[in-house]
Amino acid sequence: MNEWRRIRLPMPAETIAELKAGDRVLLSGTIYAARDAAHKRFIEALDSGDSLPIDLSTAVIYYMGPSPARPGQIIGSCGPTTSARMDKYTPRLVEEGLRVMVGKGERSPQVAEAIKQHGAVYLITIGGAGALLSLRVKSAEVIAYPDLGAEAVFKLEVEHFPAVVAIDAQGSDQFKIGQARYRIK
Amino acid sequence: MREIQASTITAAVARLAEEANYEISPDVLVALTRAHDVEKSSLGREMLEMIIENVHQAMSHRKPLCQDCGVAVVFIDVGQEVHITGGDLETAVADGVGKGYIEGYLRKSMVAGPVTDRVNTGDNTPPVIHYRVVPGDKVNISLMAKGSGAENMSRLYMLKPAEGRGGVIEAAVRAVEEAGGKPCPPLIIGIGIGGTAEAAMLLAKRSLLRKVGKPSPDADAAALEREILGKVNRLGIGPLGLGGSVTALAVHIESMPCHIASLPVAVNLQCHSARHKEAVL
Repeated sequence: MNEWRRIRLPMPAETIAELKAGDRVLLSGTIYAARDAAHKRFIEALDSGDSLPIDLSTAVIYYMGPSPARPGQIIGSCGPTTSARMDKYTPRLVEEGLRVMVGKGERSPQVAEAIKQHGAVYLITIGGAGALLSLRVKSAEVIAYPDLGAEAVFKLEVEHFPAVVAIDAQGSDQFKIGQARYRIK
Repeated sequence: MREIQASTITAAVARLAEEANYEISPDVLVALTRAHDVEKSSLGREMLEMIIENVHQAMSHRKPLCQDCGVAVVFIDVGQEVHITGGDLETAVADGVGKGYIEGYLRKSMVAGPVTDRVNTGDNTPPVIHYRVVPGDKVNISLMAKGSGAENMSRLYMLKPAEGRGGVIEAAVRAVEEAGGKPCPPLIIGIGIGGTAEAAMLLAKRSLLRKVGKPSPDADAAALEREILGKVNRLGIGPLGLGGSVTALAVHIESMPCHIASLPVAVNLQCHSARHKEAVL
């Protein structure tokens, strides 16, 4: 029940379909860090017909802006930022092909609907555990919007990066399920 | 009149910025460990295990506990017998924040022109500074690295006096419920009651400097803290919002008198990464 399932990225469609809210996963492969300012640029690029710096159909987008790496370190601390701030942009990106997102906290009903409609998945990782998560990052490089600093798009190679399925492709929401289960009226 | 060099203040603030970001205080670690022991959800316990492991990894790898190294909120009590020499106090503090955030490899998150430009200031300045002039010849500096995930969930309720104690409880519980998993629970809940709108907000934030779980010295406030904590932990939000029995580690209340027509209640949420350090010069 409490097994951590190992997943090699990009995440196969059948794996996305199988994942259930509350499942623990360990991701290995490429993920792309992008947060508020990068999302704004993604949408501007789509609106003006420009290409994005990442291929949405295979990408995992991680809502994260790292702290600076010390000399000799691959990356600084790199935990998730609040996903809800990306809610305004997410349905569009899912319509354009995005299937896997990683962040923290609840999403809007519009995002949940887009996830269900397009068979995507929303994962959360451990908010505030940026030092621990950084140890699962094997390489990091800025691939777009370097002027945004911590908000630039980073390409990260991760190994056994821990996450929990928060909203699955059927639309089940672990926040709702878990909170209802432990709520005492 | 005791003299303190501005450069001494800069050095102290720089050190506090680094220490606050790399280490949480023992009381927070004790509270997290206790939360792990009582959490009923196995998923919640797994999250708490990793949160506790993060504390150890941050120290051993010299990495900040959280990539959001926060706004530097600095509380300064200046003894009225102190004379700052060699510069002004505000610049000395800001210089310390800049030095600490740059030399400590801490994330710089402050942007100028908050509505449109949002250009990073490059050194996490300006800090938010709260001064008090106090008796004596010491300067007491507390630096809080306040992340915005939790700060964004701050609430101010201007209640009617008739709403009373029940209204205060309802307001606090509502703030936590609306925040859900976004502010990285388990939380420390700071509540400021009384004063004016801005005074209540400041009381709420100051309450977060208290050792986690140390009750208010006022018996009524302490009883209210216990009652709100009980209610909040029955919400079921749990670690990171995934469901569980520990939504908050503690509730801290600070209060002051207010106008006959008012009952301000401010709620300031602190994520589990409760980072603040203090120095006395």
